[in-house]
Amino acid sequence: MLMFILRRVFQTIPVIIGVTFVVFFIMQLVPGDPAVLLAGEGASKETIEAIREQLGLNQPLYIQYFEYLTNVFRGDLGVSLKNSQPVLDEILVRLPITIELAFFSIIITIVLGMAAGIISAVKPYSLTDVSVMLVALLGISLPSFWFGLMLMYFFSVKLQVLPVAGWDSLLHVILPAVTLGAGGAAIVARMTRSSILEVIRQDYIRTARAKGLRERIIIYKHALRNALIPVITVVGLQFGALLGGTVLVESIFAINGLGRMIVDAIRMRDLPMVQGGVLFASLIFVTVNLFVDVFYRFFNKRIELN
Amino acid sequence: MNKKNKLILEVKGLKTHFTTKRGVSKAVDGIDFTLHKGETLGIVGESGCGKSMTSLSILRLIPSPPGKIAGGSVLFKGKDLVTMTEDEMRKIRGNEISMIFQEPMTSLNPVIPVGEQIAEALRLHQKMGKKAAWEKSVEMLKLVGIPSPEKRAKQEPFQLSGGMRQRVMIAMALACTPEVLIADEPTTALDVTIQAQILELIKELQTKIGMGVIMITHDLGVVAETCDKVAVMYAGNIVEHASTEQLFANPKHPYTQGLLNSLPKIHEDQDELITIDGSVPSPYNMPAGCRFASRCPYREDICITHQPNLINQSDGVKVRCWKYTDEWTGNRDKEGVI
Amino acid sequence: METAEKKIILQVDHLKQYFPVKKDSFFKPKAYVKAVDDISFELYEGETLSIVGESGCGKSTTGRAILRLDEPTDGKVHYMGQDILGLNKKEMRKLRGDLQVIFQDPFASLNPRQTVKQILNEAMAIQEVVDKPKRKDRMLELLGYVGLSAESLDRYPHEFSGGQRQRIGIARALAVDPKLIICDEAVSALDVSIQAQILNLLKNLQKQFKLTFLFISHDLSVVRHISDRVMVMYLGKVVEIAEKKELFDSPLHPYTQALLSSIPVPDPTLKRDRVILKGDVPSPIDPPRGCRFHTRCPFAVEKCKQEEPPLRELVKNHFVSCHIAEDLPV
Ligand SMILES: Nc1ncnc2c1ncn2[C@@H]1O[C@H](COP(=O)(O)OP(=O)(O)OP(=O)(O)O)[C@@H](O)[C@H]1O
Ligand SMILES: Nc1ncnc2c1ncn2[C@@H]1O[C@H](COP(=O)(O)OP(=O)(O)OP(=O)(O)O)[C@@H](O)[C@H]1O
Ligand code: SF4
Ligand SMILES: [Mg+2]
Ligand SMILES: [Mg+2]
Repeated sequence: MLMFILRRVFQTIPVIIGVTFVVFFIMQLVPGDPAVLLAGEGASKETIEAIREQLGLNQPLYIQYFEYLTNVFRGDLGVSLKNSQPVLDEILVRLPITIELAFFSIIITIVLGMAAGIISAVKPYSLTDVSVMLVALLGISLPSFWFGLMLMYFFSVKLQVLPVAGWDSLLHVILPAVTLGAGGAAIVARMTRSSILEVIRQDYIRTARAKGLRERIIIYKHALRNALIPVITVVGLQFGALLGGTVLVESIFAINGLGRMIVDAIRMRDLPMVQGGVLFASLIFVTVNLFVDVFYRFFNKRIELN
Repeated sequence: MNKKNKLILEVKGLKTHFTTKRGVSKAVDGIDFTLHKGETLGIVGESGCGKSMTSLSILRLIPSPPGKIAGGSVLFKGKDLVTMTEDEMRKIRGNEISMIFQEPMTSLNPVIPVGEQIAEALRLHQKMGKKAAWEKSVEMLKLVGIPSPEKRAKQEPFQLSGGMRQRVMIAMALACTPEVLIADEPTTALDVTIQAQILELIKELQTKIGMGVIMITHDLGVVAETCDKVAVMYAGNIVEHASTEQLFANPKHPYTQGLLNSLPKIHEDQDELITIDGSVPSPYNMPAGCRFASRCPYREDICITHQPNLINQSDGVKVRCWKYTDEWTGNRDKEGVI
Repeated sequence: METAEKKIILQVDHLKQYFPVKKDSFFKPKAYVKAVDDISFELYEGETLSIVGESGCGKSTTGRAILRLDEPTDGKVHYMGQDILGLNKKEMRKLRGDLQVIFQDPFASLNPRQTVKQILNEAMAIQEVVDKPKRKDRMLELLGYVGLSAESLDRYPHEFSGGQRQRIGIARALAVDPKLIICDEAVSALDVSIQAQILNLLKNLQKQFKLTFLFISHDLSVVRHISDRVMVMYLGKVVEIAEKKELFDSPLHPYTQALLSSIPVPDPTLKRDRVILKGDVPSPIDPPRGCRFHTRCPFAVEKCKQEEPPLRELVKNHFVSCHIAEDLPV
């Protein structure tokens, strides 16, 4: 197990390097001369030249990349073009917000999704099952910006029970987290249901029945643990989708998180910000995947051995 | 001895059918037998003939859909299990009637320690506390001959050998001292010394609490040593029902004869084992006549057109074969054709 | 008898397989189940070697270790002179076509979402043994071998009885034209007539294609029928190995003697004297010192408690590990 974790951690190193590589080349892909871009519109030739000199932009590409890499490892992500703050500081302010949002969303994905899946699986093909699965299907097909706006309209504007936007109290978290988590919850619900229905056919469930256990205990104690193994992977995958979703949701609900920061930075052509933001988002993604993998392996080991 | 003992289980005309895309499979097609206190009934028969489905039907554990009890009754101490509510049924399962499943490798939950899997039933039916139930399950593991039971109880199934898993199943089934034990191939994964020990344990419980046992096995050695009477099944039917002595001394049905012939002999060397040629008819498409007819060396015309009934012989043996009826024209008796 | 000239197909040297056990407390030393503890044997091409022994003595573990389904703790395994344990994944995958295994309960290894047809097809496709157009015929032939009807092709594993599933596992193993098959309780779930059919089939295939079997079974009459040689294991060790006839007629190890005497006989009029072994089965977590069998052996002497007996060739080709084997009553 320890070997596996070490190996898995080791494997992420090339991935991380790959990410920095891609992020670095965003610079190169942007049309036009980066120095011109960095200097801003209407800058004089000398300023541009100075910037180019300062950033080493006239060096060969691989040296530039190497320098970028060393800077990144030193924690120096450059300076925002918009407000001249170090990019890292900007990110560190917003990161907790996004993590908080992601955290609550994933909780909603898991809790809502699994609960719905279990309710469905207990009585397959019943009215409850069919309705829950219909809702889940809707959840998967609805675009989240529309869903978010509908929620906002209904709960904040009509009923006025929840704040429209912003990020001050826990109440503010609810709508964005639901918006962000709903799609995942729907997928998790369907996955949980089918996984339970598959497990329920296994011989050991028959053994549990033969002991005279109640159906509820059979599901919770005997089926769920085995059924959740594939669900964990799905949750892991959902996390990726969720990170992507933060961009939208943070914009809709005017939340000052990493996603919105990236969007803003792109709009303002604030390249160092974009780079830093994307780098961090990728790092989070890689770390989460690492955890999911280890977790999955831990759960699955005995199954495999059986 | 079984005559004076009380009747505890009576299966009458039990039918279990599977409805699938390919049609209806009559896995169990009208089975009758009885079981008395302290008695052991052996069920033997061709693989796929419906032994496991019969026993699963008794506990109402057949996978449904596609399976369904299509008729008949199972009287347990006078009450019909087939029509009982699910709640009542649960009180009987694992408590009054318990079952050892055929597949020891897959019948245990892979992520729950085996000790807990035994303790669970004890807490449920015997209202034992957590600690008492755990201790009892360790004791059960010890009873079935598993060394270091305290350590093993904490292990998960994949850490145990095949025979150990099978013994965990056995311990689980015996933990609540049931009145009826259905043992479906309980000793396939056990070596002969441990098998002897387990059979001894079951016998002990039988004399102590009068447990009735249905022993499904293809090991005719086990049948000979443990059973009082035997039902031989073929393609969803009972084709012969006799006391163990009678069955081995004088097998009547041609299938039973074939079965006894194909045993490998432990004390002599054979180059080739004797087999019964041909194969069982498809359960989706049973022939109109005797189900064994296509493989039977004695077959006559009537065998192909009409199904024989299970008929009582003068010596108390019941057999489903035209050979033992007045309809038999019968001069090819002993040798047989084909 | 002339085994000496035969070609060795599989050579197992000092194989060990230890599994860690959960510790009771942090301070106790780490404990191991010594499932297989230093065993060596060889398998000749075209022979059947059976492994028998008490439940939990390490038979399946030996089979799994040879196939590297569990990575062995120590030791060497050579297949046709090639060091199996040194092979990488790709080389190993190629070898898996030659080395097949039939498990006790193949249901666990049969994909529940595949029909029998898909299962067989996949096996043939992976090892590229039969051309596509011929596969259907081959499948029907295989099903015929194991006594299943053609109609079974479109059914899923859970729709079969225990014995029928077992036969699907056998058909799958045979599908890829293997050279060595490890049969772990391969026929134990079958009724005697089907069992006889399959045993005959295995024997015929062996004659035709020089197949080699490592046959693990508890059913001693089956073992007697199918084997050329028999190896007896006890608590992770080999205690006796000999030609079949020799072993059944004159077992030398006290454990083998006890084992042979407990075989149930299909004759209710016969009640025989069994050597019922006294004492608890010792645990492989903490095996006894000296001879591992001494705690239950009716003949144990002082030396048995102290010294581990080596495997000695007492009669030609008949090896036994017991200090006093030559002085035992027969
Ligand atoms: N889910 C299912 N759908 C359709 N047919 C089924 C299903 N389960 C079992 N059967 C069929 O029911 C018949 C009886 O099966 P059963 O398991 O009772 O056999 P068995 O006598 O126990 O055989 P074995 O000795 O091999 O265990 C078999 O022919 C099998 O194919
Ligand atoms: N993955 C594992 N983890 C821990 N212990 C294991 C594992 N696999 C096997 N063992 C232990 O190794 C020992 C030998 O097991 P093995 O399965 O080889 O026995 P066996 O001889 O095949 O017995 P049986 O006849 O009951 O199948 C047992 O004590 C078992 O508990
Ligand atoms: S009824 Fe006819 S075919 Fe059937 S077993 Fe008897 S003799 Fe054979
Ligand atoms: Mg069965
Ligand atoms: Mg085994």
